[in-house]
Amino acid sequence: MFVPYGESVPDLAGFTLLMPAVSVGNVGQLAIDLIISTLNMCKIGYFYTDCLVPMVGNNPYATSEENSTELSINAEVYSLPSKKLVALQLRSVFIKYKSKPFCEKLLSWVKSSNCAKVIILSSSHSYHRNDLQLRSTPFRYLLTPSVQKSVQNKIKSLNWEEMEKSQCIPEISDSEFCIRIPGGGITKTLYDEGCLKEIAMVILLKFVSEGDNIPDALGLVEYLNEWLQIIKPCGEDPTASALPWKMPSSWRLLFGSGLPPALF
Amino acid sequence: MAATFFGEVVKAPCRAGTEDEEEDDEGRKETPEDREVRRQLARKREVRLLRRQTKTSLEVSLLEKYPCSKFIIAIGNNAVAFLSSFVTSSGVWEEVGCAKLWNEWCRTTDTAHLSPTEAFCVFYHLKSNPSVFGSCPRKNLQITVLTCRHVTDYKTSESTSSLHPPFLKALKTQNFKEPPCCSLLEQPNIVHDLPAAVLSYCQVWKIPAILYLCYTDVMKLDLITVEAFKPVLSSRSLKGLVKNIPQSTEVLKKLVTTNEIQSNIYT
Repeated sequence: MFVPYGESVPDLAGFTLLMPAVSVGNVGQLAIDLIISTLNMCKIGYFYTDCLVPMVGNNPYATSEENSTELSINAEVYSLPSKKLVALQLRSVFIKYKSKPFCEKLLSWVKSSNCAKVIILSSSHSYHRNDLQLRSTPFRYLLTPSVQKSVQNKIKSLNWEEMEKSQCIPEISDSEFCIRIPGGGITKTLYDEGCLKEIAMVILLKFVSEGDNIPDALGLVEYLNEWLQIIKPCGEDPTASALPWKMPSSWRLLFGSGLPPALF
Repeated sequence: MAATFFGEVVKAPCRAGTEDEEEDDEGRKETPEDREVRRQLARKREVRLLRRQTKTSLEVSLLEKYPCSKFIIAIGNNAVAFLSSFVTSSGVWEEVGCAKLWNEWCRTTDTAHLSPTEAFCVFYHLKSNPSVFGSCPRKNLQITVLTCRHVTDYKTSESTSSLHPPFLKALKTQNFKEPPCCSLLEQPNIVHDLPAAVLSYCQVWKIPAILYLCYTDVMKLDLITVEAFKPVLSSRSLKGLVKNIPQSTEVLKKLVTTNEIQSNIYT
């Protein structure tokens, strides 16, 4: 359930909700971290649930001593009212069998808060690509029927590739075709529920492999930015720094502590 | 999938969590029987609160029966040893209940016959000052959690050989206004499991709470690790609860020695 950070419940009517699916390479979560950090979004509440493994830590977006001591939990909501954006960040994995109940609770909150649309940032195993996919862009999108009318034209003008259907059962040659997102975590469940419950939902994903997924996250936010224009695209402003996206301070030590000098 | 040096293709672990559930969903829809089995398992896993001696369930929630303003939780053998030697051995503490739980990893098969001596969690209440651990619906409640983690869990930009365990770090909720007894846990370090669950609850519902985390390289009961919690004795929650530190230290030494004898059966 959504619990506000302050005293009052914020009004999210007409806002665009950005959220990650916990998926291969954690690309969606890294992308949401980049968005929250770059846009300096404010925490407006928690999505308090027993479906995710509990975890706490100090403010992952700290920029100074003063703001580094605020406690963060596993599912928090941030907003940027000036751009009518709200972001949900998920920081831990689902407890077994709890991913479907989570999707139901999440979508019921989305409906009750009257968000204009939900954009899910996700990823899928790159080794599952077929020959055609190997030769094309690694980015894909998916739209639920409710959102098609409003975004179809813009998406067409960007020349984006829609996620292709593949065989439901790969080994059987006469198997039906359906949308499969291996490694996508709850992406497929959210998409199916979104179609069923008539929710305006857009899924943006990248084919990735596990490893250093920071470049993949940067790629995914740039892909999102082509459409939403949440920050000025690099090409337009010659004075902009090479990297317009700000990496949060919590991304330090992603590959472990410092090395003992005796190693060398 | 990933190929190893020997040419075998193996399933590579995925950081984003287990794939099992996704494959189950895609391959086979959950039947009502599966759901019923799962529901029954969930019921068996429920945590039950009982009176230890009589094995009867507590009729009302513990915090309703025993209003309090300070709730101290120790998780893990070293934290529990610290609390038993320094706090519950001073003054008169009354055992007011225990929590019993069962899950598929427990060695006993039946929840009904789980003996009270196997309770993993025991609640005590200070007779002389009932405001310590009792219930006062959240208004004046302050929670202190003590636990340990292995020092390899601690991330720092300096080399790990420069760390000198055991050392104490703290994490506090927004409403906890008192200065902590040690430095705060720096980014990007995080805490999971029960201490995280307690702190998350307190942060969300605006209850002042603090977690004191001892990073140690000895996970079994150890004198030096337990003594690393000593700075916590000066905190507002524990101040006044410890009457005689030398006496408590003696109690602790006895506790550690007893346990040592039990574990070194080959020496």
